[in-house]
Amino acid sequence: MSAAFTQRVPKHSGWKLFVQTVIARAYPRVIGQQREKSWLFFDLFLPLLGISAYVFVYRAIHAPEEYVGFVVMGGAMSAFWLNILWSMSSQLYWEKETGNLALYIMAPNSMMAVLLGMALGGLVASTLRALAILVLGSWLFQVQYSVSSFSQLFAVFVLCMIGLYGMGMMLASIFLLLSREAWHISNLAQEPIYLLSGFYFPVKSFNFLIAAGASIIPLTLGMDAMRQLIFPSGPSLGFLSVPVEVSILVILSVIFLVASKYLLEHIEKLAIREGRLTESRR
Amino acid sequence: MNLAIRTENLSRIYKIRGSKKQEAKQLIALQDVNLEVKPGELFGLLGPNGAGKTTLIKILTTLLAPSNGKAWVAGFDVHQEPQLVRQRINMVSGGESSGYGLLTVRENLWMFSQFYGLPSALANQRIKQLLEVVGLADRINTKSSDLSTGLRQKMNIVRGFLTDPEVLFLDEPTLGLDVGASRDVRRFIRGWIDNNPTRTLLLTTHYMVEAEELCHRVAIINQGKVLACDTPSNLKHRLQRDAIFRLEVSPLNGLSPETIQAIPGVSQVVHYDRDGFSVLELILAEESVLGAVINTLTSAEVRILNLQKREPTLEDVFVDLVGRSMEEIEKGTNGSSTP
Repeated sequence: MSAAFTQRVPKHSGWKLFVQTVIARAYPRVIGQQREKSWLFFDLFLPLLGISAYVFVYRAIHAPEEYVGFVVMGGAMSAFWLNILWSMSSQLYWEKETGNLALYIMAPNSMMAVLLGMALGGLVASTLRALAILVLGSWLFQVQYSVSSFSQLFAVFVLCMIGLYGMGMMLASIFLLLSREAWHISNLAQEPIYLLSGFYFPVKSFNFLIAAGASIIPLTLGMDAMRQLIFPSGPSLGFLSVPVEVSILVILSVIFLVASKYLLEHIEKLAIREGRLTESRR
Repeated sequence: MNLAIRTENLSRIYKIRGSKKQEAKQLIALQDVNLEVKPGELFGLLGPNGAGKTTLIKILTTLLAPSNGKAWVAGFDVHQEPQLVRQRINMVSGGESSGYGLLTVRENLWMFSQFYGLPSALANQRIKQLLEVVGLADRINTKSSDLSTGLRQKMNIVRGFLTDPEVLFLDEPTLGLDVGASRDVRRFIRGWIDNNPTRTLLLTTHYMVEAEELCHRVAIINQGKVLACDTPSNLKHRLQRDAIFRLEVSPLNGLSPETIQAIPGVSQVVHYDRDGFSVLELILAEESVLGAVINTLTSAEVRILNLQKREPTLEDVFVDLVGRSMEEIEKGTNGSSTP
């Protein structure tokens, strides 16, 4: 065959292969997903409709104007939750069905890099959707922001995303073990988490125990901390202080990332021992 | 000598879970398989669906642990040193729908090349070249969801060859392809092994023609056991002393194939019905036995529509070894043959 095959080029390994895999697996989400223009309707227009309903209710009952900002921000953050449920947690199951999972396991790369790539790609794609919702929602409903510290806000956002996508990576393995049952969990988790995590109102509205329980979802504390940093009355409506919330988010991130690594190793061993998890529908 | 693939008493038993009250059943998918494949060989595993071919490939590609025995690929133990094996292999399955429909052919192939650490520029260069070879160059920027089954399989084939593996596993690579696409794929496979004498290719198929046309050596596998392993010509040579006939006859009128099988000198009879007539594939110890067969048929008022003497094929070898045709096994019927 041609020169490209006769020349023996060393293939990358170690951390270079890890980075290559992360970028390659992120690519379908960063580039591919934008090709399907239906996202403008499903991921932008529909969330804006949902936001509008809450905004009109808040304005009708003369709630503080900052609540409108809370809703717009919650609507924007819902893009990440949907991504976690439908494109992270369920993804390994999908990969198994299409036969990709076997190819991922068989390749010399790390499965953790594949998961990380999925997460990174999903994060970029969802950030685009979240930003679009935020900008349009803020413009439509004339939301006023007063950011106390951009660096803190950015740090909280990044930490919230690490925790959230760490949880998504962990759930990916769990959902794969549960196979088809996972669909029900995804369906079941969507709306209740909107409620429990306080997507459209301050989570402080719940009693302490419920709010604390909901805090296992990193978005709960992440959103609460960001609202405290964005809106003047945010701190008074905050569940816990920002430093405490940041500390909990750090702990959650570490737990989820470590758990995802161990679960993934367990899944891979199970797949090889029992041969069930790499069976596609074919 | 270093072998590309070696298996030693390789077995795999699946536990099939029943309901809570029932105990788990065991299914023997592979039983004491011993194979040796030399570097540069195009080795075929021929057997019906469910024979254990895919199980063997899964073990060799590190996707499945053996229950017993050992296997080495490129000199490394597939169970103990999977990472070292994975760096040296690739696999393509027939009918697979891997990759992402929203990505183009080039993007899908590039993505998979990255999982093997191939430098990006080299990957793109190889993608172009391989797509040219398989006749898919004009579709390089087509979304893979827009490809037909045949074109998609060509893309999968390119994915397997792209990383230039030392050992490549092709599991039913032409499954579901039309005649033209299958021929293209076979031509490409043969060309690749001819141009890369240090590379090894293990191919599973249940198409006799494919095994016969492509493989240097073939192992016939059924119910998890390797029944024979040799070059296609040597395998067929086993039947060289036999006479092989294909008879198209009118419906058998109650005459059972067992009656024909009972005629002295009849080694195997495979019977199946076609549109309005019956076919008898006969393996006879010698040509003179044919007279007795024809007498039996005519005395049962069965008309002979067509009579053809054939050279032995791998299908005949399979029937001779197993007692049934592969088609019958796949249909799950006993057919009319009596081993």
